[in-house]
Amino acid sequence: MGDFDFGIIVKNLPFLWSGLLFSFKLFGIALAGGIFFGTLLALGRLSSFRILSSAIGGFVNLVRSIPFIMAIFWLYFMAPEIVKYFTGQQGEAIGPETSAIIAFIMVEAAYFSEIIRAGIQSVPRGQPWAAYALGMNYWQAMGNVVLPQAFRNMVPIMLTQAIILFQDTSLVYVVGLKDFLGAASKAGQISGRIVELYVFVAVVYLVICFGASRLVKYFQARMNAGIR
Amino acid sequence: MEWKVFFEQAPSGGVTYLHWMMSGLMWTLIVSSCAWVIAFTLGSILGVLRTTPIKWLNFAATVYVEIFRNIPLLVQMFLWYFVMPEVLPAELGDWLKQTYPNLIALPFAQFSLWEFTAAVLCLGMYTASRVAEQVRAGIESLPRGQTNAGLAMGFTLPQVYRFVILPMAFRLIIPPMTSEFLTIFKNSSTALTIGVLELTAQSRQIVEYTFVKFAPFAAATMLYIIITLTVIFLMRLLENKVAVPGYVSQGGH
Repeated sequence: MGDFDFGIIVKNLPFLWSGLLFSFKLFGIALAGGIFFGTLLALGRLSSFRILSSAIGGFVNLVRSIPFIMAIFWLYFMAPEIVKYFTGQQGEAIGPETSAIIAFIMVEAAYFSEIIRAGIQSVPRGQPWAAYALGMNYWQAMGNVVLPQAFRNMVPIMLTQAIILFQDTSLVYVVGLKDFLGAASKAGQISGRIVELYVFVAVVYLVICFGASRLVKYFQARMNAGIR
Repeated sequence: MEWKVFFEQAPSGGVTYLHWMMSGLMWTLIVSSCAWVIAFTLGSILGVLRTTPIKWLNFAATVYVEIFRNIPLLVQMFLWYFVMPEVLPAELGDWLKQTYPNLIALPFAQFSLWEFTAAVLCLGMYTASRVAEQVRAGIESLPRGQTNAGLAMGFTLPQVYRFVILPMAFRLIIPPMTSEFLTIFKNSSTALTIGVLELTAQSRQIVEYTFVKFAPFAAATMLYIIITLTVIFLMRLLENKVAVPGYVSQGGH
């Protein structure tokens, strides 16, 4: 351990930085897409329209019972086939980055939908009824009355899920994308100094995720104080 | 039909692709079960330590949990597999890289004992941090009066844990433990990055060799679902069997 070479990290900083930026980009897209589609899935799952709710339930449970890497592979190998089937174009039309983004949105939508469903169910039934009684339609009642209260209840658990999502973005390594870990791995292969680069990656992830989890705790404490 | 692919000869060993899938399934189960033993044992100890009044033990357990929870699993996998042999003293590192992998030849595996060990240690110690949090939550959900009553009866603190707190806490945390086991089972697929040919790796390998895309992934997906459902079913049985009368069993996950 005596010959830990910081120089190699400094030399690769621009490359590692571009990798970290890609990790953040994927995180942002997956978070926004996951919450958006997760909300739709949760609303569909709670609808009284049986076929819709059980189809969504099946999809969510399917996605949740396979490994994340398996979902990434599904999209990586099958998305080009699907594009080819519908457009007749050759499969190159969809690359690893796009397929990874779709896989992340899909998986996160499934996980977030379970959180959001629990959040919606935590809002008393009288709330939507009162909204309907005031003459609101479904989308007004959901958008203005139920969801704002539901989201408030689920902020802590959603932030925790967001931290897990940020860690999971490293899984795109398996399709050869240059996220933070992928960049470090590449730089490690070229320079032959994998020890320094992997330790550096671990420390950076630790600082980011530990810091974020402290923030979550802080907000949680403040919100609880506000309610009491 | 695409599904016929499983009965074709695989390029090596004179076996069919079906054999590859089954060996993948076997290694997924072996890796996750071995890792679960570590996760459950270590996680229980850490979880208990996080609730004890002994300050420095409590602090050490907290540090463990925060470190292992806040580094992505894949990064930890690389730390165990690539970094560990390099940072150990030279002789030990060389022994790990050269002698250890050949100690035992693993059955039906195209990887060595070292890949397997690194994967099990990594998954086990990562999941221990999550199990510790569940154990702690389970213990903290019990009324404080239980500990105090135990102490007032003349039990020592270890006895209170052994006879009062833990029997209750472990029953309460069966549902979250089920999902932790399912998580370790799914997370075992990250071992493919260090060469362990488990179920996901085998299905990808078949796709790459045969260019048949749908059937191998669909079969692996179905196997994952079947095991998930089986585990949930067995844990429900266990939960009902050990339920304490009068305590409402929550069920679900």
